[in-house]
Amino acid sequence: MSTTSAAMPAVGQPAPDFTLQATPEQTLSLAQLRGKPVVLVFYPADWSPVCGDQIGLYNELLSEFARYDAQILGISVDGSWCHAAFSRDRKLNFPLLADFEPKGAVAKSYGVYEPHAGVSERALFVLDAEGIVRWAYVSPIGINPGADGILDALDKLPGKSGLPS
Amino acid sequence: MSRLIALEDDDHVQGPRDAGLVLIEYGDFECPYCGEEYPEIKAAQQAMGDALCFAFRHFPLRNAHPHAELAAEFSEAAATIGRFWEMHDRLYENQQALDQGSLVGHAKQLGFDDKLIESALNGDFAARVQKNFSGGVRNGVNGTPCLFLNGRRYDGARDTQSLLQLFREVAAR
Repeated sequence: MSTTSAAMPAVGQPAPDFTLQATPEQTLSLAQLRGKPVVLVFYPADWSPVCGDQIGLYNELLSEFARYDAQILGISVDGSWCHAAFSRDRKLNFPLLADFEPKGAVAKSYGVYEPHAGVSERALFVLDAEGIVRWAYVSPIGINPGADGILDALDKLPGKSGLPS
Repeated sequence: MSRLIALEDDDHVQGPRDAGLVLIEYGDFECPYCGEEYPEIKAAQQAMGDALCFAFRHFPLRNAHPHAELAAEFSEAAATIGRFWEMHDRLYENQQALDQGSLVGHAKQLGFDDKLIESALNGDFAARVQKNFSGGVRNGVNGTPCLFLNGRRYDGARDTQSLLQLFREVAAR
């Protein structure tokens, strides 16, 4: 991957594939998740000091995401051991991927790397089951975007099944 | 994220529903930031009197705060005997005492009978709490406390003086 940032993938474009550490021992590739919607959550850093933070909020919503058969993935430049400690501390039940080496390469491929701070922006992507970007949103870095935009985007995916109205 | 959030018939409110200023809080009884916010809002309510309507909705972060859900359910049980706000205040004034035994103690102090306590422990009020939570997610709640003034999410400073300043600005529009 290049060291310069690409443009954000537009709605209707395929999401750039990646393979990242999901735990210190395991990797996860985006392509492995083909067949189910994916929510990509790029965020600046683990250990946000706010208790109602974005990652904690999404952790409370896993049953909502499950109703869409959607897989949510957090991505930051923190290393996998850092993610493991953060996940354990906050009792997180979804994968946090380490965009650690080369640093921020995946964030750059999605056009959401913030080079001055050296972290990812707070960006959300909803991909359909074919890996096509269906919704993208970049939040001001200090503002937690919540989950309403994600759920609205999941509602609009074609061919969703088994959903309550 | 631009929907206007309106009062609903089953909201718990203090102040007239048709007040010019309607403040809705999504809160969690075990959240320390909500605990800090509690006296700030109370002071703002006292200063504003009937010009302000305040509503509270539940947004328990159950993984982060293991007692928040049951506390919310007990407050809904209190509502059935007209004592929601007394329970709301009591829980925020005693955030260190939210385990099940403490909740039952608060309930007895507020005049719950055994049947109501049993009902609260049986999850009879869980659906009501969940309705608030799910609605909050859809309304763009992004953590707790989350405030909406006249339908719009407010992300600014939440101390009493800042709230009063905000109320003056919104009232002048």
